[in-house]
Amino acid sequence: MLAAQAASSKCDRSSSSTTATNVLPVVVNAGPTNNALNQLFATVTFCVPGTTNCQTISGILVDTGSVGLRVLSSVLTPSLPQQTGAGGAPVVECLPFVDGFTWGPVKTADVKIAGETASGIPIQVIGLDQFPTIPSGCSSQGTSEETLSDLNANGILGVGLFNEDCGLGCALAGASNPGLYYTCPASGCVVTTQPVASQVQNPVSHFATDNNGVVIQLPTVATGGAASISGTLTFGIGTQSNNALGGAKIFTLDNNVNFATIFNGQTYTSSFIDSGSNGIFFLDSATTGLPACMNSTGFYCPAVLTPLSATQRGLNSVSNVVSFNAGNVDRVNATFSVLAEATGSNPGGFDWGLNFFYGRTVFTAIAGRSTPGGAGPFWAY
Amino acid sequence: MNHKMTRKPLVTIAAVAFFALPATTFASLGGNVGTVEADRAQMKAAQLRIIRTNAYTFHEMQSPAGVTIREYYGADGTVFGVSWQGPWPPDMRQLLGQYFERFQRANEASRTTRRARGVLVINDGTLVVQVAGRTRSFSGFAYAPGLLPAGVQPNVIR
Repeated sequence: MLAAQAASSKCDRSSSSTTATNVLPVVVNAGPTNNALNQLFATVTFCVPGTTNCQTISGILVDTGSVGLRVLSSVLTPSLPQQTGAGGAPVVECLPFVDGFTWGPVKTADVKIAGETASGIPIQVIGLDQFPTIPSGCSSQGTSEETLSDLNANGILGVGLFNEDCGLGCALAGASNPGLYYTCPASGCVVTTQPVASQVQNPVSHFATDNNGVVIQLPTVATGGAASISGTLTFGIGTQSNNALGGAKIFTLDNNVNFATIFNGQTYTSSFIDSGSNGIFFLDSATTGLPACMNSTGFYCPAVLTPLSATQRGLNSVSNVVSFNAGNVDRVNATFSVLAEATGSNPGGFDWGLNFFYGRTVFTAIAGRSTPGGAGPFWAY
Repeated sequence: MNHKMTRKPLVTIAAVAFFALPATTFASLGGNVGTVEADRAQMKAAQLRIIRTNAYTFHEMQSPAGVTIREYYGADGTVFGVSWQGPWPPDMRQLLGQYFERFQRANEASRTTRRARGVLVINDGTLVVQVAGRTRSFSGFAYAPGLLPAGVQPNVIR
């Protein structure tokens, strides 16, 4: 029996050496709602701090465009401790996303991803079950995203460019505070100042090692799409043999954490890379000549596959020409969840979404963290 | 498009709403130019500039929190479009005024389709809204096609 255990343990060790402790398998598939397109999902373990009371949840969206771990209350079982603020009142967050906001309490968890652990970090538990009344200052942002069907994921793993979601702005009192954090005593929710360290944290920043950014690697996808693909989310940049920058080009960012994209001779400075966007979104039909889809809101649906090219350029003037295709999203096989040629409109510039990652190894470096390629924030590939 | 280069790093107007705005009614989009000044005053926003063309005018202002907002109006003084850029979105209820509930309804309706995620595209014929961005960097615009002055193309609203 002992011998068998030892053998099995040895076996486990050898298999874990092929999947290093800083590597998480990730998938692009239909996801928990069975209808996702170009959404990258991971599995994350949530534990009551300091205990083995844990739950492993799949279908968590990997999002380099946001910061912090968020999970739907409806899928979370362990009772995580509530963060409290002024007067001992619970802290609740209203975090804006492009297509709505998430409302829900800030709780503390030990977060385990691959072989890495972020101990006792603030996360957001999304849902109306505990704090059903969304304050008007939050609902004025637009539309809430509180359910599986709203979010199209069981949660969001925000592994973007910062250590925490808001930063100093939320820690200061007065008109400069964007008002994302509330304390909610029985009398009702009021905006609060939230110290930076108490804000919802990028889990990667709290790993003991491999804590300066992430690397996403996904395979090339043939024209016409695929049902699903598998890839990796690797933690750390230049901290291990498996996350070296190598010959990757490094693109530094401007004050709005954007870089530039040059298309047809025009420079669009509000451009960015974001694994949480499900297409390459740029300009509009009038500028590109690409018609909007009848059914797939926000996407382009050209009659024929349309080859395109644009140049990405960092603040450091490093540039690279990117070739991509615009295809007809309405015509894609409805059972396919992966489509390289998914493009759509974004009049402000270029949003290089998840399909930009197909066939690439893309680095996202956290602001203020040093890497062999210099301090973040930057993107590299 | 290059004007975006001149915009500054930012924080949101929402803060102003939270901290300084009680239940004041605004009607930026679809309101009269008078509301532009009312908005600015209520937000305690700094007037950055006023740009006039033959067909329309826009005011550009920046909230203390750092969101840059533009409100576009024509000769009759009706605000036909708004745009914004900052680390967080503006208070959409304030900026869209009478169009806000339509915005909410259209947003919820769009969630039933296989749709673009990471950008927001709304066009119900009466209201057009586009939003892009991510944590700490948002931009967008909204306009009412029916309010566009003759000869003004919607792509001036950026």
